[in-house]
Amino acid sequence: MSSIHVSQWRQAFSRRNLAATVLGGYLPILIAMAVIVLPLAWMVIASFKPAPEIITMQPTLWPQEPTLDNYGHVADVVPLLTVLRNSLIVTIVGAAIKVVLAITTAYALVFIDFRFKNVVFIAILVALMVPPEAALLPNYMTISALGGRNTLWGIFLPGLGTAFGTFLLRQQFKTLPKDLLEAAKLDGAGHLKRLWRIVAPVSAPTIATVALVTIVGEWNNFMWPLIITDSVDTMTLPVGLNLLQSIEGQTGSYGYLMAGAVLVILPVLIVFAALQRFIVSGLTQGAVK
Amino acid sequence: MPVPSPHRRRQRRRDALVFFAFAGPNVLLIAAFIYYPLLSNMYYSTLNWRMGSTTATSAGIDNYVRLFTSPQGAEMWRVTITFTVVTVLASMVLGLLVALALNHRIPGITAGRTAIFSPYVLSGVGVGMVWNFIFDPQLGLLGHVLRAVGARSPEWYLDGDLALVMVMIVYVWKNLGFCAVVFLAGLQSIPSDLIEAARIDRAGALTRFFKLTLPLLSPTVFFLTVTTILSSMQAFDILKIMTPSGNGTNTIVFELYLQGFGPYQNAGYAAAISVVLFVVLFAITAFQMRFVEKRVHYA
Repeated sequence: MSSIHVSQWRQAFSRRNLAATVLGGYLPILIAMAVIVLPLAWMVIASFKPAPEIITMQPTLWPQEPTLDNYGHVADVVPLLTVLRNSLIVTIVGAAIKVVLAITTAYALVFIDFRFKNVVFIAILVALMVPPEAALLPNYMTISALGGRNTLWGIFLPGLGTAFGTFLLRQQFKTLPKDLLEAAKLDGAGHLKRLWRIVAPVSAPTIATVALVTIVGEWNNFMWPLIITDSVDTMTLPVGLNLLQSIEGQTGSYGYLMAGAVLVILPVLIVFAALQRFIVSGLTQGAVK
Repeated sequence: MPVPSPHRRRQRRRDALVFFAFAGPNVLLIAAFIYYPLLSNMYYSTLNWRMGSTTATSAGIDNYVRLFTSPQGAEMWRVTITFTVVTVLASMVLGLLVALALNHRIPGITAGRTAIFSPYVLSGVGVGMVWNFIFDPQLGLLGHVLRAVGARSPEWYLDGDLALVMVMIVYVWKNLGFCAVVFLAGLQSIPSDLIEAARIDRAGALTRFFKLTLPLLSPTVFFLTVTTILSSMQAFDILKIMTPSGNGTNTIVFELYLQGFGPYQNAGYAAAISVVLFVVLFAITAFQMRFVEKRVHYA
């Protein structure tokens, strides 16, 4: 343990600060954490409980006879592997294209001379202010006309144009010293080479931020996939869970439903716990100058 | 104006081509799936048109009149405004309180911050399912707790007002961590010697908070007010999962879904809602961009 750490402990628990540390710091945080963690813990526990332990007036904290049947039952009602595969494809392909487009667009906006560059930038900035829900109906007409209902590309195509990632990366690229690229230019490196060899590597943390925020957004996306798919062969996990709930809704089958919720929540929780630094900074952009 | 040399002109044309190769696909996608819809919605909104039907008749401004004068439209605005005001205030007040607690230099605080932020990144569908189980009057955790203390669980799902209270609670649960983390960053940007000086001047904790901390936080408060209004007005996932047919919880985006794609299949009316939604949210964002630098100053 480093000395800074030790002194922090000592200061926090010194007689002068003890009350502030416990009453002003730990106590409210523990209460807040309990409120946040308890529902999620209850979800995980219930997903391992057999039905009689859920349909009861005296629930126990731990499953008395833990079971995996709930997960199996989800798979009986919706084709779980298909739905999971669809979610993975939509998330990975959609996010990959989005991030590449954001990188190339931001590069063009910062490093390529073009007279109407500012017009393009303002058009992208304004797009950032358009709520995606306002485009729902026309996009439904467009994708339907293209034959994209109940297809995976129909799910990710309308979201590929990216204003958020472009905006974030443009800000980052603008901070790079011009000499960095001048040298490469004199060596005869073209724009593509300058982008992938110099600009992208030094901007890796920002690219990671954009990628992670995009991946989480694609994985959780619900409204558009709900509208554009109604067949279990092409629906993503959130849409599949919506279907599961409408089938199992009123029968007290919370074990299955919690198993389903675990499947959509847990992967994001794990990614978030491991990489929260990037995700939090991306999501709170604009807040801190 | 000097005439550019042929070489310069060729170079410029080359640059323009490269620019389009790099930025073109993104710009085209944005044009096709963000800008074009804005325009076509304006047209659709003047139609009397059922979803899926190939024929439509002109409706003039009837859809807009209905949106602002019919009982159905009034109900949508009442729910939207209630939902937005309550969730914005609640997540900001609670977020600030949590941020004040997190703003101690004590060990283990980072884990607390991570846990409290985490619901913000989770699927609204998953979160809604979890809370459906908790709010279930017979089998839910909340019902068990209330019965243990001798109370009865309200019938959350049968009464429109209670259903609205329920989805607001869940929405605040999911979003308050975002407010807390942004407030925390704001608090940490306040120079600590300023607070220390006030302490030496024997200013009490409450005086320090209201006379010093809060005014210094005004840029953060402004930023969060705008962002949380925007996201509350776009709430959908939790509402759809917890109250599928939207009785008492039909905020503007949910109503847009129900009208266009739900039971009503009323595409013209849904388009009118889309246009109004865009105008309102665009105005709020534009207001923020214009005033964020100019008006908000340290007191």
